[in-house]
Amino acid sequence: MAYKIEAQGLDAAGLGRQIQAHPGPVEVVGCLGQRFIGAGMQRKKIRVTGIPGNALGAYLNGGEIEVCANAQDAVGDTMNDGTIVIHGDVGDTVGYAMRGGEIYVEGSAGYRAGVHMKEYQDKVPVMVIGGRAGSFLGEYQAGGVILVLGLTGSGPIAGNFPCAGMHGGKVLLRCRPEELLFPGQVTALPASAQDLDAVRPYLEEFCRRFGKDLSVILNAPFTLAVPDSRNPYRQMYVAN
Amino acid sequence: MGQWEVYPEFEVVRSSARCTKCLGCVAQCANGVHQYDGAQLTCDSAKCVDCHRCVAMCPARALKIVKADCALRENSNWDSQTIKEIFKQAQSGGVLLSSMGTPKPYPVYWDKLLLNASQVTNPSIDPLREPMETRVCLGKKPGRPQRGPDGRFTCELPPQLKLAMPMLFSAMSYGSVSYNAHEALARAAEELGVYYNTGEGGLHEDFYAYSPNTIVQVASGRFGVHEGYLNAGAAIEIKMGQGAKPGIGGHLPGTKVGADISRTRMIPEGSDAISPAPHHDIYSIEDLRQLVYSLKQSTHHKKPIIVKVAAVHNIAAIASGIARSGADIIAIDGFRGGTGAAPTRIRDNVGIPIELALAAVDQRLRDEGIRNQVGIIAGGSIRSSADVAKAIALGADAVYIATAALLALGCHLCRTCQTGMCNWGIATQRPELVARLDPKEGAKRLVNLMTAWNHEIMEMLGGMGINSIEALRGNRLMLRGIGLTAKELEILGVAHAGE
Amino acid sequence: MIRPELFEGQVRIPSGCAISAVISREGRLISGQAIVDSMRPMHERSNGLGGGFAGYGIYPEYKDFFALHIFYDTDEARAAVEAHLRAVLEIVRAENIPTRKHPAITAEPFIWRYFVAPLRSVLHSCQQDEEEFIARLAMRVNTSYPGAYVFSSGKNMGVFKAVGYPEDVGEFYRLEEYSGYCWTAHGRYPTNTPGWWGGAHPFALLDRSIVHNGEISSYDCNRRTIEMYGYKCTLQTDTEVITYIADFLQRKQGLTLEEIASVIAAPFWSTIERQPEGKSRELAYLRTVYSSLLITGPFSIILGFRGGLMALNDRLKLRSMVVGEKDDKVYIASEEAAIRAVEPNAENIWAPAGGQPVVVRVREGAY
Repeated sequence: MAYKIEAQGLDAAGLGRQIQAHPGPVEVVGCLGQRFIGAGMQRKKIRVTGIPGNALGAYLNGGEIEVCANAQDAVGDTMNDGTIVIHGDVGDTVGYAMRGGEIYVEGSAGYRAGVHMKEYQDKVPVMVIGGRAGSFLGEYQAGGVILVLGLTGSGPIAGNFPCAGMHGGKVLLRCRPEELLFPGQVTALPASAQDLDAVRPYLEEFCRRFGKDLSVILNAPFTLAVPDSRNPYRQMYVAN
Repeated sequence: MGQWEVYPEFEVVRSSARCTKCLGCVAQCANGVHQYDGAQLTCDSAKCVDCHRCVAMCPARALKIVKADCALRENSNWDSQTIKEIFKQAQSGGVLLSSMGTPKPYPVYWDKLLLNASQVTNPSIDPLREPMETRVCLGKKPGRPQRGPDGRFTCELPPQLKLAMPMLFSAMSYGSVSYNAHEALARAAEELGVYYNTGEGGLHEDFYAYSPNTIVQVASGRFGVHEGYLNAGAAIEIKMGQGAKPGIGGHLPGTKVGADISRTRMIPEGSDAISPAPHHDIYSIEDLRQLVYSLKQSTHHKKPIIVKVAAVHNIAAIASGIARSGADIIAIDGFRGGTGAAPTRIRDNVGIPIELALAAVDQRLRDEGIRNQVGIIAGGSIRSSADVAKAIALGADAVYIATAALLALGCHLCRTCQTGMCNWGIATQRPELVARLDPKEGAKRLVNLMTAWNHEIMEMLGGMGINSIEALRGNRLMLRGIGLTAKELEILGVAHAGE
Repeated sequence: MIRPELFEGQVRIPSGCAISAVISREGRLISGQAIVDSMRPMHERSNGLGGGFAGYGIYPEYKDFFALHIFYDTDEARAAVEAHLRAVLEIVRAENIPTRKHPAITAEPFIWRYFVAPLRSVLHSCQQDEEEFIARLAMRVNTSYPGAYVFSSGKNMGVFKAVGYPEDVGEFYRLEEYSGYCWTAHGRYPTNTPGWWGGAHPFALLDRSIVHNGEISSYDCNRRTIEMYGYKCTLQTDTEVITYIADFLQRKQGLTLEEIASVIAAPFWSTIERQPEGKSRELAYLRTVYSSLLITGPFSIILGFRGGLMALNDRLKLRSMVVGEKDDKVYIASEEAAIRAVEPNAENIWAPAGGQPVVVRVREGAY
C-alpha cells in the first residue's frame, strides 16, 4: 500500500525530503510544478498525480516513477537505470543523455527527445513514445533505442531535422522512410522483421502499461534510422 | 658593378650536395636567374625577385632564397628601402611603380578586433550537425512590401545577387592577369555559387559561358563595353576607384596589347590601354546617377548595379550619395587592396583602411535611414575567414577577395607583377608562362580555399549562437576592440574588450 | 529608487525567465488574481530581480483615453514631465497607482498614471495620428527627461512591474482589484543586478506589450536596423527591440501577425524550399526584404495587443511554451503547471512548434 504525500504547499526540496523519508512505495498527490521529483533515486516506486515539475527522475538510477498526467521538460535527464512511465505527454528534452533504463510515454514528446542518448557496456537505454515527437528527435544520439509510434496526435510523426548529429544507436518510427527528411549522415530504410523482433519486448511493455493492442501497432510500416558508417560527420581539418 | 650599383636584395642559395643538375631551375625562371653554360650552374641573384618558383619546382629542394645580408647601416628613419628608392629615382628620373597591396606597417584593425562566443545565457551552435546558413542576398530592398489586389504579396524585388557564401572574387582585369587565371576564377565562382569580376579588361568570348557567375565591370576606359557584354553579366560594376590607387587611373602599355587582349578590350593591337582616373563623363554625383540609369535602361532593369569606390577620407558622404544615385550595391575598396601596377607613393600613402571606412559607411547609412537601399561589399586585404566575420559584424553584406585568391593560384607575393614575367602564370600574358597555370587545378584550389573559409565562418557564427549570417550583419556588440584608442573604438562603433 | 552604476541601458543584461498569459475569446473579464496565481508554480524560473504584468480591458471607464503609467525618481522629475504633458495633452485624470506595502518590494519610485488624449490642435499642427504622437511622446520622455520613465502607454490597458518576484509584484500592485479580458505576466532572471524597475517586463509601446523569455544573439543587428525608423532603444534589452520590431512591422509596414512571425522566426532556407510554390515564394520574399529583422537565439514571446495576443517561439524552439484552453479562455505559459494552477481542468494542452505563431483574438465587439 503506497504512502500518500500531499504535495500542495510543498516546494521541491520539501517534497523530496518527504519522499525520501518513507522507505516503501509512495504516491504524490496534488502535484503542481514541483521539480526534481525522484532525482538521483536508486530504488523505490513513486506514483504522481498532478503535474510534476521539470527534471522528473533526473539522474534516476533504479526504481520506478509513474505519472498519471502530462509531465514537463527534462524528464529522465541523464538517467542511468530504472523506469519512467508517463500516462500523458512529455515536454522538451526527455531522456537527455540517457544511459540506461526505460522511458514509456503514452502521448507525444516535445523537441529534442532522446538528445545525446548513449550506451555503455551492457547498458542500453530505451525510450518509447506512443504519439509524435517534435523537431530534433534523437539529436546527437550516440546509442540506445528510440521508438516513435504515432498512435495519437496529428501531422508528421516527427518534426524537422530528425536525428541531426546522430552517430550511434537507432531510431524506429512507425512510418515510411520518405515521410521524413533525414540528414545525409543517417540511413533510413524500411525496418526488417528482425529489426522489429529486436524491439518487440519494449513494444509489449508499452502495450501492457497503456492497455494498447500490439497487433494494431505492428500492422503498419516501420522505418529504421541508423548512422551511415560510410558517411560520418567529419570536419576537414588541416594541421597548422 | 659601378658607382651607382646597388647590391641585389635577394640571394639565391644552392646546396651543391643536393643539387642533381636537372636544370629545371633554368627552365623555370623567366627572369634568367639560373644559367647553365654546359659545365657550370650559376645564379645571377641580381635578377631574382623572390617569387619562389625555382624553390618550389626543384625536385631536390636544393634551392632557397634569402635576404642578402649586404646591409646598409641600420636607420629607423632612413631605412634601406627608402634609400634605395632614392637611388632608383636619381638613376631613372621615373615615378616609382609597384604591384600588389601596400606592405607598409600601418595598423591592421582586423587584428585588433575580437569576436564573441555564447556561453551560459545563450547557447552556441554546432555547425557541423545543426542547421547553419551563410547564404546572402545582395541588393536594394524595398521600403514597403507590395501586395496585389488579393492581398497577397507580389513578391517583386529589385534585381539581387544571390551568393551561397558571403565572398566574391574581386576585379582583376584580363591584361593584368592571364587568361588561365580568369578561367580558374570563373570555374570556381560557378562551382561555389558566387561571382568573379571581369575587371576593366572586358569579357573574353570564351567566358560568356560563365555569365550567371560573372560581374562585368564598366571602368573609365569602357574597354570591351557593348550591349552584349552588359547583358552577359549577372551584375554590372561601375569602377569609380580602386583602394590601391585612389584618384589614379590605369595604364596597360601597348606592348602588352596582343591579339587576344585587343579583341577582348576592343582596341587596336599595340595601342596603349589607358583608363583615366575619373570617368570623363562623371564629374559630379548627379552624373553618376545618369550613368547608373543608362546602364539599367540598357539591360532592361534586370541587373543590379554595383558602384566600386576607394576608401578615402569622406567615404561616408560619398557612400550616401551613391546610395541615393540608384545603385543597388556599393563596393568599398580599402587602401591595402592589391593592384597589377600602381605608383608606389599613391599605393602607400593614399586612402584609408577598409575597417574604418566600412564602419563609417554602415553607420552613416543607418543614421540616414537608407542602409537597406544598398548592399555593401567590403574589400582591400581580407586575409582570412576571421577578417570576413569581422567585416560582416562591422556592417558588410559580403566581402571581395583578390590577393587571397591569387595566393591560392600559386602567387607568392613577390610584388613584381608590373614586369609581366610572372613565373606562376598569373600576372603575365606570355604564353609559355600562362600555360604553367592549369585552370582546372587552379579552380579546385580556389574552391578549396573558399569552402574552408565558409566552414570556418560557420564555426565562428555557431560560437556566437547565430545560425543565419544575416543576424551577424552590423552586429557590433559581437566585436570588442583590443589595444585601440577611444577614437578608434568610436569610429568602429565597438566597445573595448572587458566592457 | 536605487540607481546603481550599472542600470538598464548602460549595459546589456541577459536574462532567462518565466512567462504566462490568459485571454478570454469572448471578452469576459478575468481577475488579475488569476494571472498572479499562475506565476507561483514557476517561482524557480525567476530570481526576484523583476516581475510584471500587462492587463487589457482594465480601464473601461477611460477606454478612449491613453493610460500613461510613469515611474519618477523625484518630485522634480514629475513636475518637469507633467508640465510637458499639460502642454500637449488633455489630462482627464491623474493619480498615484494604488499599491500596498509588501516586505519583498522595496525602494519603489513614485508611480503615477494619467488618462490622456492628445490636444487636437497639437495633432493638427504636427500632422500625426494620435498613436504616432503618443509613441513619440513616450520615447521623448524616456530619452530626454532624466528620472522619469513611461512604462505603459496604451488605451484601456496597463503594465504593472517592479523589481521582485512576480507573485509579490502582483500583490504589491493589488492586481486582484482589476479585471481584464487578457493578462500577460513575466518573471525575470537577469544575470546582473539592475535594480531598476523600468527594466522589468512587460515592455510596452502603445497597446503592444511583450513578455519574453530568452536571450537573442542578433540583438545589435536588430537594434541598429530598427533605430533607422525612428525608434530609440534606450534599455538595451531584447524585449524592447522585439516590441519595436512588432510595432514597426504591424503599424508601419502593414504586416499581419502571421507574417510578422515569418519575419522574426523565419524558417531555414531548406524548410522554405520544401514548401508549396506560392508559400515558398512568399516566405523567401519576406526573409529577403526583412533579413535584418530575423531574430536568432532562444526566445519565447507573448505579444499582447488590444483585442488579442500572439505567442511565438524561436524557430529552433529553444525555450518551452505550452498552450491550453477551457471554455472561452486560452492559457499560455512556460510550464503546464502554471496553467493548471489557474485552471485545473484545462484541456487540449499542446506545445506550438518553433516559429509557429499562436494567435488568439477576442470576438469583434466584445472588447
